[in-house]
Amino acid sequence: MGDPQPTDLEHFACALRRRGLSLNRGPCRALQINVGLLCDLACRHCHLEAGPGRTEVMSAATMAEVVAFARRGCFELVDITGGAPELVPGIANFLAQLSEVAPKLMLRSNLTALGGPQAEPLLQTCVSRRVALVVSFPALREAQVQSQRGAGVWEKSLAMLRRLNALGYGREGSDLELHLAVNPGGAFLPADQTATEKRYRRELLARWGIVFTRLFTLTNMPLGRFRRWLEQSGNDAAYLRALAQAFNAATLPGLMCREQLSVSWDGHVFDCDFHLAAGISLGETRTHVRDLPEPPAPGTPIAAADHCYACTAGAGFT
Amino acid sequence: MPTYYDPEDLNLFTSIGKDAPELARKFFDYYGAVFAEGALSAREKALIALAVAHTVQCPYCIDAYTRACLEQGSDLEEMTEALHVAGAIRGGATLVHGVQMRKIAEKLSL
Repeated sequence: MGDPQPTDLEHFACALRRRGLSLNRGPCRALQINVGLLCDLACRHCHLEAGPGRTEVMSAATMAEVVAFARRGCFELVDITGGAPELVPGIANFLAQLSEVAPKLMLRSNLTALGGPQAEPLLQTCVSRRVALVVSFPALREAQVQSQRGAGVWEKSLAMLRRLNALGYGREGSDLELHLAVNPGGAFLPADQTATEKRYRRELLARWGIVFTRLFTLTNMPLGRFRRWLEQSGNDAAYLRALAQAFNAATLPGLMCREQLSVSWDGHVFDCDFHLAAGISLGETRTHVRDLPEPPAPGTPIAAADHCYACTAGAGFT
Repeated sequence: MPTYYDPEDLNLFTSIGKDAPELARKFFDYYGAVFAEGALSAREKALIALAVAHTVQCPYCIDAYTRACLEQGSDLEEMTEALHVAGAIRGGATLVHGVQMRKIAEKLSL
């Protein structure tokens, strides 16, 4: 399964070849684990089509297999994503086990799911295990946030950011890292990361007394729910063209897929979370972590697809 | 139906250099330098450009700088305010000329 091909778009693999470039793996430093597609929100830009109606979550058995693989792989970083990881049964214990086998843990959160009573043990685990948080906070205006992520999200997000600050997250001198993830509210490229971070830092502090560690601007991935919106709104061809026109060869060495491996909720491995969403397996066939003795070797080719243009546009995808 | 304005023409902007390449090069170099980060940020310049685009009512510029503003992280609230600045100046420029009208009328009137 790959991307539908807008007629005038040069395939990503061809764009690389024409420039004499290739996309191969470097040393595998990070393990990204997508623990499921269940989410309390149904964001309009979601490349995984996560939402409240999804039932796919990582089982306890798969978690054990992933922990065993993380131990074999000697990863520097384990990055937990979803869906909303907070809603997955056993997630706090899973993080605790992973913290025993990897020096650094990162949890991606939509902020709202972290606020429920079910997430309290997870929050305490995050603090005690010094788990870095990467949280979605796409805009500084209520209307813009809610048009993208749903009603009620704005106030819950602000409240959770304040709570995280109170726990020590994002504060200067604290080792509890709080990173903001900002994505555009539509079919356009993200703003400059440095300028955006500066503006968010100033406005969040002045208006709500909120502080954070770093900010990352992310490009909307032309997959899943966002892809469908692009097609329905007639923005698909122009958006893909804009991504392709913004191709920047300098982003290739630092692409996430070169140094990470993604695992799906059911334990299969992919080059990245976007290939996971598109169903593009690592290698020729679907492979389960239990059958993988070690991470792929440096030099292993990475599958190319047209959504890769989103990672190579402008300053690149963090 | 044919129209003078075709959105696709925006992508052909550089073709204006066809019969005067040196002048086009100078213009596009200047244009690029104007919009580069300077004493004003690229975001501020895009908002100014959006306001001016509406003042000169250039659909190409409105298209280009709506997109540019969004890509620079501005939101519709800020962009709409920028338009009101343009609108206020246009309205003010009309009304302030009323001083001339009054002076002329006073000179001509008993």
